Amino acid sequence: MTLKGARERRVATGGVELCVAELGDPEQPTVVLVHGYPDSKEVWSEVAGRLADRFHVVLYDVRGHGRSTAPQPLRGGFTLPKLTDDFLAVVDAVSPDRPVHLVGHDWGSVQSWEFVTVGRTEGRIASFTSISGPSLDHFGHWINARVKRPTPRRVGQLLGQGAKSWYVYLLHTPALPELAWHGPLGRRWPKILERVEQVPGGSYPTASLSSDAAHGAWLYRDNVRPRLTRPRPDAYAHAPVQLITPQGDAFLSERLYDDLEQWVPQLTRRTLPARHWVPRTRPDQIASWIEEFIVSVDGGRPEQKATGRHADRFGGQLVLVTGAGSGIGRATAFAFAEAGARVVAVDRDAEAAVRTAELSRLIGAPEAWAETADVSDEQAMEKLAEKVHRTYGVLDVLVNNAGVGLSGSFFATTTDDWHKVLDVNLWGVIHGCRLFGARMSERAQGGHIVNIASAAAYQPSRALPAYSTSKAAVLMLSECLRAELAGQGIGVSAICPGFVNTNITSTTRFAGVDEAEERRRQKTTSRLYGMRNYPPEKVAEAVLDAVARDRAVVPVTPEARGAHLMSRFLPGVLRRLARVEPRL
Amino acid sequence: MTTAVSSEPSVELRGFRRVQRLAYECAEAVAARLEPGVTEHEAARMQREWLRERGVRDWFHLPFAWFGDRTAFVDFRIPLQFFPTDRALEPGMPFILDMAPVHEGYTADIGYSGSLGVNPVQDRLMADLEAHRELILREARERRPLREIYEDVDRLMVRQGYANRHRAYPFGVIAHKVDRVKQRRFSPHLFGFGTQSLKGLAADALHGHREGWSPLWSPYRFSDHPPQPGLWAVEPHLGFRGTGAKFEEILVVTDSRDPEQGAFWLDDDLPHVRRWAEEK
Repeated sequence: MTLKGARERRVATGGVELCVAELGDPEQPTVVLVHGYPDSKEVWSEVAGRLADRFHVVLYDVRGHGRSTAPQPLRGGFTLPKLTDDFLAVVDAVSPDRPVHLVGHDWGSVQSWEFVTVGRTEGRIASFTSISGPSLDHFGHWINARVKRPTPRRVGQLLGQGAKSWYVYLLHTPALPELAWHGPLGRRWPKILERVEQVPGGSYPTASLSSDAAHGAWLYRDNVRPRLTRPRPDAYAHAPVQLITPQGDAFLSERLYDDLEQWVPQLTRRTLPARHWVPRTRPDQIASWIEEFIVSVDGGRPEQKATGRHADRFGGQLVLVTGAGSGIGRATAFAFAEAGARVVAVDRDAEAAVRTAELSRLIGAPEAWAETADVSDEQAMEKLAEKVHRTYGVLDVLVNNAGVGLSGSFFATTTDDWHKVLDVNLWGVIHGCRLFGARMSERAQGGHIVNIASAAAYQPSRALPAYSTSKAAVLMLSECLRAELAGQGIGVSAICPGFVNTNITSTTRFAGVDEAEERRRQKTTSRLYGMRNYPPEKVAEAVLDAVARDRAVVPVTPEARGAHLMSRFLPGVLRRLARVEPRL
Repeated sequence: MTTAVSSEPSVELRGFRRVQRLAYECAEAVAARLEPGVTEHEAARMQREWLRERGVRDWFHLPFAWFGDRTAFVDFRIPLQFFPTDRALEPGMPFILDMAPVHEGYTADIGYSGSLGVNPVQDRLMADLEAHRELILREARERRPLREIYEDVDRLMVRQGYANRHRAYPFGVIAHKVDRVKQRRFSPHLFGFGTQSLKGLAADALHGHREGWSPLWSPYRFSDHPPQPGLWAVEPHLGFRGTGAKFEEILVVTDSRDPEQGAFWLDDDLPHVRRWAEEK
């Protein structure tokens, strides 16, 4: 039994007895978690534990699953109206006076869609969070729309989802699925989940798996065909809905939810870079989104502040940006803030970091903090990591952005210069990845690391030997780390901006010249970069895109992209260009 | 005109102050009448009519109104985008009214920022504009070259976390000269600018070109000279993620040796200045 501290009771309804478990304080708002196929309520154990501090959490085994009894006969015993009866019986038992917040995964979500769109449950449901399970009625309309007006794209969507639904056809064959589940499939299922879905092993799935899966086949047989051929025309949701879409779901295409707004008046969308079994693989994120949504619904639903791009992806996530006091770092912090992320702005300049955090809160970050640290200082970074993990939690996204410029020929560059530039540009990234990445990997719930390299990483130049070397190292580090972390759902991206209008130019060291000449060159380069006028906001956009699409190497400006192409196909030309001494 | 300011300040300046106040009154009156659904076109017309009723017959430029992300000049590329559109006001949206009426031969050019209901971002931008008003006055008194002041304003904006939006104005100006305008019975306008005022500006430009100064306050080399005595309509414009805020008012520069007299704001009793005083 994995539901520690749960109070169990049995609820009788329509000839079956349901096993209901409760956690947390019954005075708090009630959250009902409905499991999918082939699961039992234990699929929720990780999420339920996290929600129990704040809510009255209720789980039940769907009829025929876990420790609930199965209807007799099985055929016709699993129709959606009967499942709705069960739900109402549970809700009447656990929360007779107040509407409940409903959360469904997979088939739990499919049946919850029925609950939230039929008249007789109106007033009993306060909100619904749907994970990986569409309404069969909406699905039916979705198919009809594509069959009636088949454009190439829509036919593609239809075929794509048709292919993903292979198991639905199989489950309609008589007896065979039951045999498989009671035989080899049932035995191997835990290993399959672990290998294909990266679901951590342990006490899930439970011992009842084979009979759960065999009974559950009737969920499909009793409902899929009738609903898909004759979908209800009035399947409108009567409560606010939060839709959580795992992007790597092998069974459901993201396109299924394109027309959802027409059925749901209040819809919040969330996307997650994960596979199907997110209640097992991403419990932290799922629990925090459920909590946030319930609080916003119960609190009269304040206007959603986060309106930026990728708000569905980064809303509520924890993001740390180094060098966030200016330029690309600050713009990146703002872009994440606009997407509703919680932001930790780190900079050497305390005042600038505070400013970034303040403005981040103004534009959509639910929380934002300023921290002061020099990324090249190992001890300071260790302290920072400890504080961040203790106070704010494990990062979802780390952006190693802090960097300094250094120009001048190789022989004009002193060892001291080398140390300075490598300490910040390379060691800063190493410290960041090591300290924050380790915790990300330990938590084993995904994440993303972004390292801001430079187009100089693949573009040699006689004027920037130290800077280019440090950035090339960052690029290689990112690619190696990406390989290492790929198996854990943690992405690593290297961003190569190019000439961007930031104040890196006004602080760039020019080796081998006196102070006056250095100031003059700083001014000239600043002016040149100013004339190029490529805004850091566009780099920030590229950072968010890179995380959302998990891209490995992202050159940003047209020059950077051009140079990147040349470094692959015409490296000789780049080497020639590297000989040109820029006149400043 | 240059000498006129220094030799006969009170009468002249009073005329300019009168029209500047009239314009700000207009802005406040129109702002009070804005409600959801009002378009930029309508807001511009409301300003025009309000001022016409009070005797304004000529314009340095016709009234503008920008709503929503147009206050931050998002994606402005060509000057035609300055003109009012059918963008309708929504609750919480920021707006900017900008008008330059000519009254009894005196010109004003003002900018008024506000929002329909609460907009914390714009509030913050407005509060942060105070430092710019102080900076511009201080450096003008120090007789720093216009280009340098421009760059300092720019740097302050970047430090504050904002983008400089006056870069989107024609020639990237942060200010331009204003002057008396001859009253004519017939005062046509060209692309929204009064022809009489344009003539004045062109004359200044020609004049300045010969003497090595410019009537435009810009980041370019032609502004690399100390502020020329006269009246400057100064308009620092902050932009932050689709929200913009600015003020625009007249800075008087004279050839007096006393720094206090060398440069001063024409009027300190303006809506944005009062607002900063109240917040303290």
